[in-house]
Amino acid sequence: MSLDELYRQVILDHYRSPRHSGHIEGADATAEGQNPLCGDEVTVELRIKDGAVTDAAVRGRGCSISQASGSMMADKIVGLSLEDVDELVHRVKRLLNIEPGDPGVDPERPGAALGDLEALAGVRRFPVRIKCADLPWATLQEALAGNRTHR
Amino acid sequence: MTDLSHLRKDFPILEREMNGKPLVYLDSAATSQKPVQVLDAVDDYYRRLNANVHRGAYQLGEEATDAYEGARAKVAGFINAASDREVVFTRSTTAAINHIGYGWGLYHLKPGDRIVISHMEHHANVVPWQLITRHTGAELAYLPLTEDYLVDTSRIDEVVDGRTKIVSISGMSNVLGTIGPVAEAVAAARAVGALAIVDGAQLVPHCAVDVQSMGADFVAFSAHKMLGPTGVGVLWGRMDRLEEMEPAEGGGEMIRDVDFTESTWAEVPHKFEAGTPPIAQAIGLGAAVDYLSAIGMDAVRQHEIEITRYALEKLSEIPQLTIYGPMDPAQRGAAVSFTLGDIHPHDLATILDQEGVAIRAGHHCAKPLMRVLGLAATARASFYVYNVPEEVDTLVAGLHEARRIFGVA
Ligand SMILES: Cc1ncc(COP(=O)(O)O)c(C=O)c1O
Repeated sequence: MSLDELYRQVILDHYRSPRHSGHIEGADATAEGQNPLCGDEVTVELRIKDGAVTDAAVRGRGCSISQASGSMMADKIVGLSLEDVDELVHRVKRLLNIEPGDPGVDPERPGAALGDLEALAGVRRFPVRIKCADLPWATLQEALAGNRTHR
Repeated sequence: MTDLSHLRKDFPILEREMNGKPLVYLDSAATSQKPVQVLDAVDDYYRRLNANVHRGAYQLGEEATDAYEGARAKVAGFINAASDREVVFTRSTTAAINHIGYGWGLYHLKPGDRIVISHMEHHANVVPWQLITRHTGAELAYLPLTEDYLVDTSRIDEVVDGRTKIVSISGMSNVLGTIGPVAEAVAAARAVGALAIVDGAQLVPHCAVDVQSMGADFVAFSAHKMLGPTGVGVLWGRMDRLEEMEPAEGGGEMIRDVDFTESTWAEVPHKFEAGTPPIAQAIGLGAAVDYLSAIGMDAVRQHEIEITRYALEKLSEIPQLTIYGPMDPAQRGAAVSFTLGDIHPHDLATILDQEGVAIRAGHHCAKPLMRVLGLAATARASFYVYNVPEEVDTLVAGLHEARRIFGVA
């Protein structure tokens, strides 16, 4: 049943108990994302040191897919190098059919393995929900782009 | 129950399946479905009558003009306008309200003046006024809601004060279903000499409206929510108000004479219909009005009261389901907003979609109302002439499925 594939236990779990949902004082990179169509909101804050994400906070309001996606994202990116984060973002976008190609793991970059994020694959059968899953990732990209232009 | 189920055969789209299930269309507050009678009228115009209107150089153009003006007469009759000329065709409710803002508000408002709306307005009756306050220095004031989701008119005389120049209120909320206090709003506006406007986008499709006994200056509504095509709406105005209103748009069709620096306007309503109008759509609206009149607006309303009562009753039985809106069907229309436990409305919509049930999830273009409710979104099921009680049952079954998936006890 595809609904059960969409709403896997890990998604519901992250929705109900989002990880890293706090606030980072004086974050090195931040961005706010919104999906004006459905009102979903996400704020991403990052602490960046020596080319790696050392802490992340993702807060928001919205559906289970956008909020779980943000929570899993925060969980995943803490400790990753910026290059791995970049790779991960593209891998997730391939998983969500936003970018063409295979989301599979690049053996060169094991840090960017999807792990729990595989659960987002269920969204592919629900095109109207892809934007929900993507919102935190698009916001993360915006935060990182802002961080790059600042330096 | 008032049985209108024989109408369903007129709506080809209701034969469709969604995700392998018969379509259960519960989003008529967003846009209604169209009967073959409307589709045929639009098709017939393009096949037999297509020509521009008001050009008058040849027979075909004359026939197209007659069909377009005939639609105006039908709409005028439907709302009991004093004259066909009081019916202005616009693009939509949104365009109609903007037209009042830019054609009347801009010329009559000054700093310190007030525009009064309510907390349950659609953005179409909020944002145009915010724009007009920026141009004029007038301010926006709100009638609040009661705990029972009605517009609170207990202090209406304080809100609609001596500075008030415009009172614009929804005849029926697209979120709460609440029927607006039109009579009170009109009386309060009259008392201070303010313009009284009714956003009739939800009211006109669902209740018999007699603009003369209603007493407002302007009523705006959209064809697409009353079985008609998209792309055409109506601005009805009392003749004296239309006479004093300026055109908000200039162009072809709306002029009497155009000189190098100045122009003079055509007569009402044409001075408000710049450019080639939505001819096919207006003709389609005429057919929609015929269709609704054949059912009878009293029967339309009665059917809605009954299906809404049934829906409110069935939804109330679902654990952890909260309804936002009056519980008395006599005080409301057929748009029913709700939340279910901690399941986000967007997730509800996806789950219901798998059962073929189309509902709306989100802020419903009423963010000030959402702020008042302290919510980011609600789910909304809305009903119209073609909906039957069995569809409420399908909705309820889908909501139980959502409870199972999300583990909401
Ligand atoms: C109460 C109300 N007012 C105004 C509108 C705007 O109508 P339109 O989008 O056709 O201009 C709507 C449509 O959703 C509505 O429900």
